Amino acid sequence: MKIILIAYFLSLSLWCQAKTIVVGKNQSVKSITAAVAQSSDGDTIVVDYGIYKEGRLLINKEILLIGKNFPIIDGEHKSEIISVNAHKVTIKGFKIINSGHAALEDPCAIRVYDKSDVVIENNILDNNFFGIYIQNSKNCRVKNNIIRAYGKEEQLIGNGIHCWKSDNLQIIGNKISGHRDGIYFEFVTHSVIWRNISFNNIRYGLHFMFSNDDAYITNVFRDNGAGVAVMFTRNVKMFNNYFEENWGDSAYGLLLKEISDSYIFNNRFSRNTSGIFMEGTSRIKVEKNVFQSNGWGMKIQASCMENEIVNNNYLKNTFDISTNGSLVLNTFNSNYWDKYEGYDLDRNGIGDVPYHPLSLFAVLTENNPSAMLLYRSFMITLLDKSEKVLPSITPDNFIDNSPLMKSLPL
Amino acid sequence: MNRIIKIILLDILKNKIVLGYTLILAILSWSSFALEDNSAKGLLTILNVILFTVPLVSILFSTIYLYNSSEFIELLLSQPVKRQKIWFSLFIGLSSSMVFSFLAGAGIPLLINATDSVGVMMIIVGCLVSVVFVALAFLSSILTRDKAKGIGIAIIIWLYFALLFDGMVLFLLFQFADYPIETAMVGITGLSPIDLARIQILLHLDVSAMMGYTGAIFKDFFGTSVGLIVSFLLLSLWAVVPFYISLKKFNRKDL
Repeated sequence: MKIILIAYFLSLSLWCQAKTIVVGKNQSVKSITAAVAQSSDGDTIVVDYGIYKEGRLLINKEILLIGKNFPIIDGEHKSEIISVNAHKVTIKGFKIINSGHAALEDPCAIRVYDKSDVVIENNILDNNFFGIYIQNSKNCRVKNNIIRAYGKEEQLIGNGIHCWKSDNLQIIGNKISGHRDGIYFEFVTHSVIWRNISFNNIRYGLHFMFSNDDAYITNVFRDNGAGVAVMFTRNVKMFNNYFEENWGDSAYGLLLKEISDSYIFNNRFSRNTSGIFMEGTSRIKVEKNVFQSNGWGMKIQASCMENEIVNNNYLKNTFDISTNGSLVLNTFNSNYWDKYEGYDLDRNGIGDVPYHPLSLFAVLTENNPSAMLLYRSFMITLLDKSEKVLPSITPDNFIDNSPLMKSLPL
Repeated sequence: MNRIIKIILLDILKNKIVLGYTLILAILSWSSFALEDNSAKGLLTILNVILFTVPLVSILFSTIYLYNSSEFIELLLSQPVKRQKIWFSLFIGLSSSMVFSFLAGAGIPLLINATDSVGVMMIIVGCLVSVVFVALAFLSSILTRDKAKGIGIAIIIWLYFALLFDGMVLFLLFQFADYPIETAMVGITGLSPIDLARIQILLHLDVSAMMGYTGAIFKDFFGTSVGLIVSFLLLSLWAVVPFYISLKKFNRKDL
């Protein structure tokens, strides 16, 4: 028993050798670089408040880097600011500003090179080219950071959180604005994006490419240059997100391009030029979403197939649905359309007359966008009414056979 | 002049048609807001009222009123009153009664149910449209002495602006679909007061859709403060020019 106890305390004391180095003006260690050089794996470096200008800070040991009262690490517009080149590094509580700007090497505030279990938490990133760049890494967590930049042009600014060829990432609770893409995913798998707010970015709030088996849940994407894009991907789950105020001709609440086997559930699309734009997508289920006050609720190109659009609310949209061809390989069922004018004699909550969500005018404007000028003209309303009764230009199989009489409580 | 306006206003009030018009507008507006669960649909109903009913009632009532009061006008002319004054008083009396009944009938429910920019824009545009079509009524009634002909002209003017013009624009749009005609279309809308009114409301009602490519062109023009001023000026011109022409004709007319 004694031996076990002794062994236990011995191992504990060995473990306790992990020391804490304090960095600050009034401490013996004045710079973070020196502290990192003195430290060994498992150490903690606590940094007092102050302004640190250390060029490129390379972290090559498994350490905890913790800032007190948000010490400022200034890159002075020269280069990358923090390079993480070790596993199990934690960076917490810093304000990291002014990384270099360069097109070739993409300088970042924090970059993780081919490592795992890195945690980047509670930092403020201000005026950097790229915010956080995670390349070829695993099991990393990026949580509760505020990432701001002031980009004016797409070519002159990088992404807020850029993830490339990684696995098992958690992007949680970050606030990103003013970058090119708020969050960028390329070849990232089994990852989750949760409770982030991405707004006022120049291109996409979230940009997803070749990233399978991911989920993004309860995020807000607002007023981004082109909304959110999910492309060339399969098995993506999109739950409870808000897509708002993405205005412009090629701006979409959600752009789906060449994606398959995904599930879009309980999202809210409001005040976008187009809520969802689908191109070449297949086997997607769009369920229980709210499309409100959009120019076009959904634009479904004829290249989409086997998508199921079920139990959604379409409210106050200028056009609920639009398409560019006559081929319809998707199903619409049990949605609520506020433009539905049918009746329900047996009072089962389902309209007795099928609804054609595609209006003549939506087709006309698709062919000839200038026709938008005539919208809500009495002439057009007349034409629309007669088209609803006898479809000739709009595909007659574009139909919701069981439209709901009352909106779903979503 | 004030006394003549007062006489005319009293006469219109006694007529009771304008009161009926106010009542119908009120019933339409209130019921459309009360029956629908979202205010957007109520707004659409009122939009159709503004683009369709208001011009029709304004132009028809004014034309018929002018023909019926020809004896009254002759009586006034025998007095030492300037012709211009009489014609002006008639115009102010008729247009203000039309504007008042629009405000009372549709304006109040709009103010209560749609307090945003759409509601305000609809009220302003509705008043302007009323005045424009009263002015057009003055023009159509001065063009001919024959009552049937004059009312016919008024109906044709209304039909043209409410229906035919948009049909023609649609036709042109598809004929010239291969050409960049977006900016030209902005100019063409100036040729119809109803279209001007409709687009101003559209820019507030369907703002998301108007941010699309062609929408953006219209928005760039009509949505800016310059565009707003220009389109309101154009709308006012639609009231001023027909009335001015009719005034010139009235001054020289042998009654």
